[in-house]
Amino acid sequence: MAHEVTDPAPAAVSGHDAPAARRAIARRAARRSGAPGGRRSDAWRKRLEIALFVAPALALIALFVAWPVASAVRFSVYRWKGFGPLEDFVGFDNYVSVLTDDVFQGAVGHNFIIVFGSILLQLPLGLGIALLLNRDMWGRGLLRTIIFVPYVLAEVIAGVVWFQLLQPQYGMVDAIMSGIGLDPPAQGWLGTPDHALWVVLLVLTWKYLGLAVILFLAGLQGVPEELYESAQLDGASWWQVQRSITIPLLGPTIRTWCFLSMIGSLQLFDMVWILTGGGPANATTTMATFLVNQGTDRQNYGIAGAASVILFVISFAMAVAYQFFILRRDTMTERRTRKAAA
Amino acid sequence: MTRSRTKGYGGGNPLVYLIALIVVALTVGPVLYGALGGFRTNAQLAADPTGLPDPWVLDNYTGVLTNEAFWRYALNSTVIAVITTGVTVIFGVMAAYPLARYEFRGREALFMVFVLGLLFPAAVAIIPLFILITRDLSMANTWWGVALPQAAFALPMTVVILRPFLMALPKEIEEAAMIDGSSRIGVFWRILLPLCVPGLITVGVLAFIGSWNAYLLPLLLLQGEMRTLPLGVADYSTEYSADTAGVLAFTTIAMIPALVLFLALQKRIVSGLQGAVKG
Repeated sequence: MAHEVTDPAPAAVSGHDAPAARRAIARRAARRSGAPGGRRSDAWRKRLEIALFVAPALALIALFVAWPVASAVRFSVYRWKGFGPLEDFVGFDNYVSVLTDDVFQGAVGHNFIIVFGSILLQLPLGLGIALLLNRDMWGRGLLRTIIFVPYVLAEVIAGVVWFQLLQPQYGMVDAIMSGIGLDPPAQGWLGTPDHALWVVLLVLTWKYLGLAVILFLAGLQGVPEELYESAQLDGASWWQVQRSITIPLLGPTIRTWCFLSMIGSLQLFDMVWILTGGGPANATTTMATFLVNQGTDRQNYGIAGAASVILFVISFAMAVAYQFFILRRDTMTERRTRKAAA
Repeated sequence: MTRSRTKGYGGGNPLVYLIALIVVALTVGPVLYGALGGFRTNAQLAADPTGLPDPWVLDNYTGVLTNEAFWRYALNSTVIAVITTGVTVIFGVMAAYPLARYEFRGREALFMVFVLGLLFPAAVAIIPLFILITRDLSMANTWWGVALPQAAFALPMTVVILRPFLMALPKEIEEAAMIDGSSRIGVFWRILLPLCVPGLITVGVLAFIGSWNAYLLPLLLLQGEMRTLPLGVADYSTEYSADTAGVLAFTTIAMIPALVLFLALQKRIVSGLQGAVKG
């Protein structure tokens, strides 16, 4: 995008001796503000400007992000039902009861199934579709648009449509299955504890596959065309080219996408709330639905606070671990290639 | 020599088109089912869930479009999204400007504050946020009460995207303008801001769609008349669960604004997401 904006560089200083021109400008600027004490008041003025520019954003983040997060930590060590002062200090009791709660343990397990399930399903599918769409074929632009549509829809809207599709017996999915002689579960796909989480995973795959495809396609555009041409001249098959050139070169894109997908799966709320509400029999509860349920319906603010902190710690630990073990490879290879180039 | 765009192994063979067709069918199938289902009656839907409308009925759609509540939800969604976008873009570019164009001690540390902000998902803060807005600020059930926190959560990403954008503008711009006697703020306002309009549109669209689709925060903060479209759709589908055709029509119409916005600004959205991934 940067190339769109570099053009209007003023003619006065562009050209071969830009540094000299810049020095001259600096001299003139210094002279202009050269009044006694001007330097110090300039420094103060600069500080004031910085503060004025950054303050609104920082204030908003402090009030609506930092303060609530700090409050969650504070609530987590009290037993508090939302009225009266915070005085019933219970130490780590809330953490103990959250961590020993079967429903929360289940929720953590569900989050991890969604984290790994999403990546295992969407990575091969997304790669396959991106490689397919990277060919010169009729209607390619339209295809790219269509595949991205589910991603743009609100999770709630997609969820309501899928809820209708998955209605037991009268829903389209069950009708099609009965039509080809299969037997859908009597309680419906979302009503059967053994199936519900997997169905949620499939709906999420439908919703988010488009993002993977679009990002992979963008990564593919960075693969230099000459590579394909020379590989073709050497007689490599399409599949060989993909496996030994395209996919390795997509590595950084894939790793970053995995990271985004993982963080999203850990925070999963909307789709579950619409499709199952966490049921049946807590078969699809996630950490986020657990803490919202504790905080709103039951007003167990201490428990909700402890669950929030645990959710954050898990997300943070996963993010750091991912950064350390996987994304680090990208910066290391970058450094290595830079050294090789030097 | 003419170079084809075929990336070497070009062209589609029938198998490629077949796979593409299956992918398209699975992707748009559910959306199309919703749109077509809205043109059927509940009796038709019950008799044959997979059939086409026969005859086509408009009642469900006219019912939604003449429903005052629908327009009320749409208005709330629009106002909240516009406030969120405005606050995010204005505060975001203001914060990104000194972080990109001023030299000062602690600049990278200040930028890290915004990067750290990326790590806090809304779900972690949601319950205290609910208490803060309903009790301490008395802003429950107001447009601003939803828009301001949404902007706060969108700001870190906005600053992270805009800073490299502003950094890429040549230094000479400011220097030349300052010889002419402009102040730094004047330079920002009259020269840099117009130059980074493409970046502002990208972050603006991301903020708008994020707000338009948001569910968790509005769910906790808005009731009755103040609900947004996602809340309206979800509540309608539980309140009138027997009226499948009506639910489908309501949902389909609620999809349209996001789809239109996406089709109109597709390039910006995609480049914004890609920028976020690269950055």
